[in-house]
Amino acid sequence: MNCDEFAELVTAYLDDALDDSSRPLFLDHMARCSGCTGYYGQFTAAITALGELPAPGLSPQTRSHLLTAFREASSEKPE
Amino acid sequence: MSEGVVRLGGVTDFPPDPVIVAGLQSGDEEVFALLLDEWSRGMLRLARSYVSTAASAEEVVQDTWLAVIRAVGTFEGRSSLRTWVYRILVNTARRRGERESRTIPVSSVGGERPDGVPPERAEGGPEGAALAGEVRELIDKAVGTLPSRQRAVITLRDMEGYGSDEVCEILSISPANQRVLLHRARAAVRDHLAAYYDGKGGP
Ligand SMILES: [Zn+2]
Repeated sequence: MNCDEFAELVTAYLDDALDDSSRPLFLDHMARCSGCTGYYGQFTAAITALGELPAPGLSPQTRSHLLTAFREASSEKPE
Repeated sequence: MSEGVVRLGGVTDFPPDPVIVAGLQSGDEEVFALLLDEWSRGMLRLARSYVSTAASAEEVVQDTWLAVIRAVGTFEGRSSLRTWVYRILVNTARRRGERESRTIPVSSVGGERPDGVPPERAEGGPEGAALAGEVRELIDKAVGTLPSRQRAVITLRDMEGYGSDEVCEILSISPANQRVLLHRARAAVRDHLAAYYDGKGGP
């Protein structure tokens, strides 16, 4: 396995989706190659950072508009 | 199938689907508010993969919830409720994105800031605060440059933390395709970060 092949397989490795023949080659390459060890570290750091991004919510106006719509739809329903 | 474990992105004391669906169908406003507050953030992010502005994404989410209100009586439980809602969102957002791409010149879309959301509405939280503002902006920008299919996958997998099975179902893609899109997206974000740290002389 060369460095380009290694880089292509990082997500498959993280998803535990490497087949039995590729997995040891992947791990063996990482153990021998400091460049790819660095790449792997940056790759997983990026994933962690993505999970820490704050997410804005709905505006209060949209939220209350939707709650009103729900209330109206429920009261219109024939029981 | 409907008795399966309901995965809800790490939220533990969230009622199971049958309880939620019964609540919605009987007009329980508290249940609807719970869903609205639990899922809308992720929905806004996902919608943003397909449309050009944050305001447009908000309209997509609003239209999606209105469609959910109209159609929840027909929900049959063949998927989880969340998958069902998200699939409505994706269809709505795609249609709107296609309409926008026909009416808005590409150059003006690129000119907008990655996410025009007022800062007071961005929720920090303990983890959010841990991420330096500069890095956060950089990642936002990197995600903003991704093609919509890659952006949708990385949003669901890495930003929202959904499992690959659910992401495949929401986006109607194969597991192999999902992995390719996710990998390209992650590699692009990694490249942006690496270029930034190289410029600063290390992390
Ligand atoms: Zn290497």
